[in-house]
Parts: sequence; C-alpha cells; structure tokens
Amino acid sequence: MTCDEAEVLLHALIDGELDAGHAREVESHIAGCPRCAAAIRDYREMGKAIAEAGVGYTAPAALRQRIEAALPQPRQAPDRRAVLRGFAMGSAVSALAATGLVAIVLRQNDFERIQSEVVSAHLRSLQAGHLTDVVSTDQHTVKPWFNGKLDVSPPVIDLTAQGFTLIGGRLDYVDARAIGAVVYKRRQHVINLFVSQTSSTERRAAKIETIQGFNIRHWSDRGLNYWAVSDLAKDELADFGERFESAMRAAG
Amino acid sequence: MPPKASDDDPEKARRFREAALPHLDDAYTLARYLLRNAADAEDAVQECYLRAFRHFDSYRGPAMKPWLFAILRNVCRAEYARRATTPTSAIEDVPESAEQTPLWHEAPETPEAQLQRHWDSDTIRRLVAALAEPFRETFVLREIQNLSYREIAEVADVPVGTVMSRLARARAMLRSAWLAEEEQQK
Repeated sequence: MTCDEAEVLLHALIDGELDAGHAREVESHIAGCPRCAAAIRDYREMGKAIAEAGVGYTAPAALRQRIEAALPQPRQAPDRRAVLRGFAMGSAVSALAATGLVAIVLRQNDFERIQSEVVSAHLRSLQAGHLTDVVSTDQHTVKPWFNGKLDVSPPVIDLTAQGFTLIGGRLDYVDARAIGAVVYKRRQHVINLFVSQTSSTERRAAKIETIQGFNIRHWSDRGLNYWAVSDLAKDELADFGERFESAMRAAG
Repeated sequence: MPPKASDDDPEKARRFREAALPHLDDAYTLARYLLRNAADAEDAVQECYLRAFRHFDSYRGPAMKPWLFAILRNVCRAEYARRATTPTSAIEDVPESAEQTPLWHEAPETPEAQLQRHWDSDTIRRLVAALAEPFRETFVLREIQNLSYREIAEVADVPVGTVMSRLARARAMLRSAWLAEEEQQK
C-alpha cells in the first residue's frame, strides 16, 4: 500500500469503517511508515481532544420555544368533541346508548393518550438529567419518600437479585396529575415504572406495545395501573413485569 | 411571528416533537458550524424544523438525525446562496481543484512535530470554523455528530468516496492548523 492510499484509508481505520482485510493492510503500512504512523497518532489525539473539550452548542431556549409555538398544539382529546358533535347533530341513537358509546370511545382515547404521555415522560426523564428525585437502591428509602407526595404511593420492590437494579424514584406528571415513577436499571437500560390509582380493582393482564421505539408493558392490579417503559427488548421487559408481579403476590 | 406550520394535526405534531426535538442541540450545533453565525443558525434550524414537520409524513426512518441534517443542510445552502448575492459575502468558495490537491502538501514533513496540546473548546471551535466548506461540513458530521460515512454521504448528497477524501483533507488541514497553533503558543 502506498502512502497516498494510506492517507485516505487510515481515516476509515480510525472511524471503524474499514473491513478487516483493508484494516490489516493499513496497519501493516503504518507499522513501516513513520510519516503515516505520526499522522494517525495525531488524528486520534485530535479526536480525543475534541470529544473531551465538548465543542457542540446548546440551542437557545428561545429557539426551542419558537419551534414549539410554530407546531400545532396538542389538543385535549380532540375526538371527544367530534363524537359529541356527531351525536348532537341529530343522531338516532338514544341518549342512553350515546352515553355508553361516548364512554367507550373516551376510555379508548384516554388509554392511548395516557400511554403516549407515559412514553413522553420516560423520554423526558432520560433527556433532562432528571431521572430520579430520590436516589437509592434501598426500597426502604424510596418507598417512604413517596409518602405524602402522592395520593397513592407506588409499591417499591427490590429486584436486584433478579437482575433489575432499583436506582430511585421520581415524581412525574401524566394525564395532568402527579404520578410516581420507580426507576430501575438493567445494564445501561433505564426502566421507568409509572404507577397510578385506578377506580377499577379488577386485575388486567399485561399487554406489551411498542410506541416510538420504546416498549411499554401495561397491567392493572388491586386498584393500581402500571406502565413499565424502557428501550429494553420486549422479552426482557416482559421478564421485568412478571418478576415484579410475582414479587407483589409474594408480598401478599 | 414565525409562520405557523400548515399541517394542523396534533397527533402528527406530537409524534414529530418526540422524534425531532431531542436532536435540537445537534441541529443547532451543525448550523452553527455551517453558517458560523449564531443568529443565522437559529433561523436555519427553525426553518429546518418547519420543513421537516411538513415532510414528516414522508419520513420512513430509520435514523431521524441524518434525515433532519439533510434538510438543515439544504436550508443552509440556501443561506449561502443568499449571502453570495450580497456584497458582504463572507463565504469563500473552494475551487473544485482543492479536492484534488494531494494531501501530503498539508501534512508536516517532520514526524517529530507531534501534536500534543489539548485545546479548550473555544480554540477548537475556532480551528474547525476556519476549515473551508465542504471539508468543515464533513468533519463536523463525523467528528462532532458521530455520523457514519454512509449517513454523511446521504446528508451531503455525495458518494462515500467523496466523504472519505473530504474527511482526510479536513483532518489534515486541521492537524496543520493545530500544530501551527502549538507553535505559536511556545
């Protein structure tokens, strides 16, 4: 390999873009060429220095606000009004049936909206550097922290032995209400377990869905709604949920 | 007042927010390096997000960042064109031949002149900003935004081979500037 070729290809080597065969060729050229060896050493130093210095920029808050303002604003359950308008405009359906139908439509809509709000809350928790309000791997510290802050304190269960490390708790807002989030980690993946009260005490079996690239496992038990959100694979998140549920049952 | 995005669909807006707004700092960073001016960068990023929202229906993934960057780059190019027609044009044009210049004219002839100093972020920003377009663009996309060669090729709308030669040139020029800076500081 000539220096001219190596001058270009050594960058692909630095950037991990070179296949194994060419990587070996470039490396053997560098081993015998002090000039190219000096170049690749300098480029690596430069890359390291740039990464360490942090040379990105932060978008001004005003820019973020202007973009937000230019986008259509989220409306409160837009379909609700559309449905009501439909009935108001001379539907033959009796008032009673209409009420029932609206309730069904609303529940469906609310469910989807809350589900997407939960994913947004998960995203916010990852971005803002505001993952936890109380940092502790001890359930006996996290659990009391929620007391008095919420109508219902979420159950806090230590699943470290099962491979899910408790790292803390946080107050979040979903559906315009304060909601407790218990935060777990598996390897580098964060799991937010959102818990809220529900009027229904019936047990609803778990369902896993994918929203915006995140997996979300939802279930209800003993008057509580649970949403576990993570970028973990579906089977691992399912495993988390099952272990949590069985630990809850064991706790009585 | 900024123009309202025409498409009045809250659900689409919500999906767009979640997909695109996390990349706002990165987009602003790219615009700062491309335009080298804070006010123009803000305008370009805002325009980019409005365009991206209008075309969000055609977005098929997988990576949001390169898709946004391609739009942002087009906005920035329109800004170059505007500047070129104003008398105070500050953007130098790189002659085509520059891309063909052999690299080793840029590199120091003495391997002993080893790069050592870790500069503060302001100095590095200044050195990078001094690179000529399109080398600056390629360099920023790779070294600061961590895009793959293939993603850079898509954003800049050039073959991967061109990305590689531009990146090689960019790093060689920056290395010379870096070593010159060290020389000055001695």
